[in-house]
Amino acid sequence: MQYYSPDSFSSAAEIASKAQGSIRFLAGGTDVLVQLRSDIFTPDTLIDIKKAEGAKSIERTEDGGWRIGAAVAGAEMSEHAELKNEWPGVVEAVDLIGSTQIQGRATLVGNLCNGSPAADSVPALVAADARIVVQSLSGERIVSVMDIPKSPGKTNLEKGDVVKAVLLPTRAERSGDAYLRFIPRSEMDIAVAGCGVWLQLDEQGVVSAARVSLGAVAPTVLDVDAAAKAIIGTKLDDAALENMAAVASSACNPITDRRGTVEYRTHLAGVLAKRAAKIAYTRAGGSQ
Amino acid sequence: MSKIHVNTTVNGDEVDFLCDPRETLLDCLRDKLQLTGSKEGCGTGDCGACSVVLDGRLVCACLVLGVEAEGKTVDTVEGIAKGQDLHPLQEKFIKYAALQCGICTPGILVATKNLLERSPNPTETEVRYWLAGNLCRCTGYDKIIRAIMDTAAEMREAG
Repeated sequence: MQYYSPDSFSSAAEIASKAQGSIRFLAGGTDVLVQLRSDIFTPDTLIDIKKAEGAKSIERTEDGGWRIGAAVAGAEMSEHAELKNEWPGVVEAVDLIGSTQIQGRATLVGNLCNGSPAADSVPALVAADARIVVQSLSGERIVSVMDIPKSPGKTNLEKGDVVKAVLLPTRAERSGDAYLRFIPRSEMDIAVAGCGVWLQLDEQGVVSAARVSLGAVAPTVLDVDAAAKAIIGTKLDDAALENMAAVASSACNPITDRRGTVEYRTHLAGVLAKRAAKIAYTRAGGSQ
Repeated sequence: MSKIHVNTTVNGDEVDFLCDPRETLLDCLRDKLQLTGSKEGCGTGDCGACSVVLDGRLVCACLVLGVEAEGKTVDTVEGIAKGQDLHPLQEKFIKYAALQCGICTPGILVATKNLLERSPNPTETEVRYWLAGNLCRCTGYDKIIRAIMDTAAEMREAG
């Protein structure tokens, strides 16, 4: 295994595009090192991106949103008061991952690129309409979060692509986000189901725009447009919430494993969607 | 495969070692620097027995590569006592018998010291969540938590 620690994302992309054999990028290492350690997978080339310019910074973008570098650890996001205030759902989703020790290392981008269907931060990013900045030899491109996951453990990123950062949009007026997941323990487990909700209210407190996303209930994260439509034009009355829950559940295509059955996950998706929507509604300034 | 020369600071001392890029910081601490206080429980970041502080941040040494320690500061359980003088946390762990087999203890001491530096007056809930990634299969945690709460109170009084 060759180890590289380039000082820019363009040189990371260059190393990756020229490398022979298998490649992994190292940010927090909480997935890569487990695979290495357990002899599941040892790459021929390991590219540590932590020293790349901008990898460790959380910056305000020109349009008033946020740019979160690919190597920013979960704890660094949770300790960033302004970011947490504007995107509490995203920050809470990241904070749910692993222990204090894992939070000291694990990254948002690693959670996305690891490709787990149960990744907690990914539905929150979809709900937030985050964008992903990808560097390659030919330059930089910006894609949607939904463009990255391909199947469990696989992404649509090509050889020579490296994710530089996540962009969060400006927090719109009267908007709020939330992410909830269910695990059978109180800490240290992987989502049985997860749901991210972002919504915006008009001046009367009626939902004018929304996004609802689901994790761990399909091979990749789901952006459930029909569930969002079920609450748009409402004040989240019980009928609207029940309708949204039913639509969310019907979008599920989960597996049965030791954490939960198909039926359980499908039911949970609806319950979590209702609860997350209520939190997002309150955060947007709505009152029922 | 060529080894990489790593310069780092461990418990305040400048040290260097040669390591294969696949070796973890835990391997390097234990096998190259003979700092065997940090334990390997699971090797996959679940148990916290290898907890160390890397540039002020609590991490599992089994999930850090030795080469990543270049230019950083690493604090391990060996740096907690000052010579023969135990840290108040260590005194309380003895007083409360907050350990049995001792494998988890170095990690719990490192993790708790880091917590008390950030938050000198934690609630029991905060302590329990902070230590969610430090598994102990002997004590049932109760004595550990009592030792920590008492240490925190004593350290606040001592200012």
